[in-house]
Amino acid sequence: MKQLLILSGKGGTGKTTIASAFIKLADAKAYADCDVDAPNLHLITGWSVKPAKTDCYGLPKAEIDPELCIKCDQCRQNCRFDAISIDEKYKVDPFACEGCGVCEYVCPVEAITMKPAVAGELMLYSDGEKVFSTAQLKMGSGTSGMLVNEVKKQMKAAAADAELAIIDGSPGIGCPVIASLSGVDMVLIVAEPSISGISDMERIINTAAKFGTKTAVCINKYDTNIENTEKIEEFCKKQGLPFIGRIPFDLGAVKAINNGQTIVDIDCTSGIAVKEVYHKTMNLLFEKGGG
Amino acid sequence: MRIAVLSGKGGTGKTLVSVNLAAAAKASTYIDCDVEEPNGHLFFKPEGIQEEEISVKIPKVDHELCNGCRKCVDLCNFNALAYIKNKLIVFDDVCHSCGGCILVCPVRALTEKAKVIGKVQKGVSGEVAVWTGVLNTGEATGIPIIKKLLEESSEVNKQTFIDCPPGSACIVMESIKDADYCILVAEPTLFGVHNLNMVYELVKLFNKPFGVLLNKCLEGENPAEKFCLEKNIKILGRIPFDNELGTLNSNAKIAVNRNEKYRELFSSLLNKVTKEVQHETTTNP
Repeated sequence: MKQLLILSGKGGTGKTTIASAFIKLADAKAYADCDVDAPNLHLITGWSVKPAKTDCYGLPKAEIDPELCIKCDQCRQNCRFDAISIDEKYKVDPFACEGCGVCEYVCPVEAITMKPAVAGELMLYSDGEKVFSTAQLKMGSGTSGMLVNEVKKQMKAAAADAELAIIDGSPGIGCPVIASLSGVDMVLIVAEPSISGISDMERIINTAAKFGTKTAVCINKYDTNIENTEKIEEFCKKQGLPFIGRIPFDLGAVKAINNGQTIVDIDCTSGIAVKEVYHKTMNLLFEKGGG
Repeated sequence: MRIAVLSGKGGTGKTLVSVNLAAAAKASTYIDCDVEEPNGHLFFKPEGIQEEEISVKIPKVDHELCNGCRKCVDLCNFNALAYIKNKLIVFDDVCHSCGGCILVCPVRALTEKAKVIGKVQKGVSGEVAVWTGVLNTGEATGIPIIKKLLEESSEVNKQTFIDCPPGSACIVMESIKDADYCILVAEPTLFGVHNLNMVYELVKLFNKPFGVLLNKCLEGENPAEKFCLEKNIKILGRIPFDNELGTLNSNAKIAVNRNEKYRELFSSLLNKVTKEVQHETTTNP
């Protein structure tokens, strides 16, 4: 299975819009949404079947039994995450607790136990031909990288024979992005021609480079700032990164998305442009000796 | 007064709003907590920058002392330690710096060393103090950087605007913890509503007073506005979809400093939010 990951550094550049168009164009048999924090791909991929849902457990959270607690303060003093506070009784802030188990270890009277905690919900859509793996992180949970790994694992297990997998990534450069990068064959970066977009693009390119992943760049909404678009192309040339296309700003794209369609489902300028980007991406992904 | 600006997703206009509010407030502090992709400094171009490296503590092994008991390996819930071929190995990248391995080692073979994960930059731009957190690429979490930024800013008695990271995960919670008010920025698309709903759940969970600012408003139907009306959420204002604003913003120019129209828009938004915060503090002291 060849895996293509779509990233941008900055949010709102059009990762999901492009991912959904690619899925349509490739008639992809396997795809996933790794933006577990704010998944959107399910809004446009039009599944009529209900997904199979499974709870995903993260690291356990500490719980203090007030009956046993002797208020020795050891747990609070040793917690590096400021998760334990005193409010008549000793208690654990489940949002701050990272599940390290240090409090349980230092407690002299075994008043603390680590209790399993749900980190999010995994969802798998499948109709015997295609699979779509996605998840929703539980509000305020800190285990997004782990959930991303589960999303990818679920996709691979359900569609082991698929030739191509398209993965919609998450914004930023931190743990969920790093988790989505591991094991993919190629990254397509969707850049936005703004000063902020360029700064974010450079940071995600650096991050992908640390993993040695093959990387190509395209620009979305290129005509909102031609000067910055040229700067991005220049940057790619200097870095030796394949630049594979410009997609125009298009109100038709907003309309398509709000109708739950992809930009290649309707006749619009962004849809035409994305087709070329798609073909170039596939050529790079499947080129001999590559990946 | 500490105002956090958030949105379920990137690209909705958090930085646009927080930068322009800080500029409209004049004497204020702008804090960029989007440590993975900080952008506010690109607009403010702060001067006189002072940098401080931020590090976390990770274990260091003295192989002479280690007797291979594996107590640290068993305790570590993050799998950051392994005993392979008679040698204890530390995986820096997955260590959460909980310090458990140090506590459990019976022969004191483990000590801690600092590992730099990023930095905090403080500068000034006119009357605005500009604080930026920057996570090094390849590092998993910027929470220690956000903590540092917010800890120090709580000592500054000025209007403070916190530009939050996107999403609703742990880094966002950390950013809004001590905020007096949250502005949720939403764009008028189906994605926008889905993401707004998530930050809406988050601010409710933390019992934060909040209002919604509708950005990129076009003629015709606005799914985000409809959502607010249905849920009875306060709408703080509307920023129209506007080519001039888009161009200023994509060139990292601060709109309130360039155009009277935008100065008025953000000043009146600031007034509205200030009143909301005062109202909150009198009704929920």
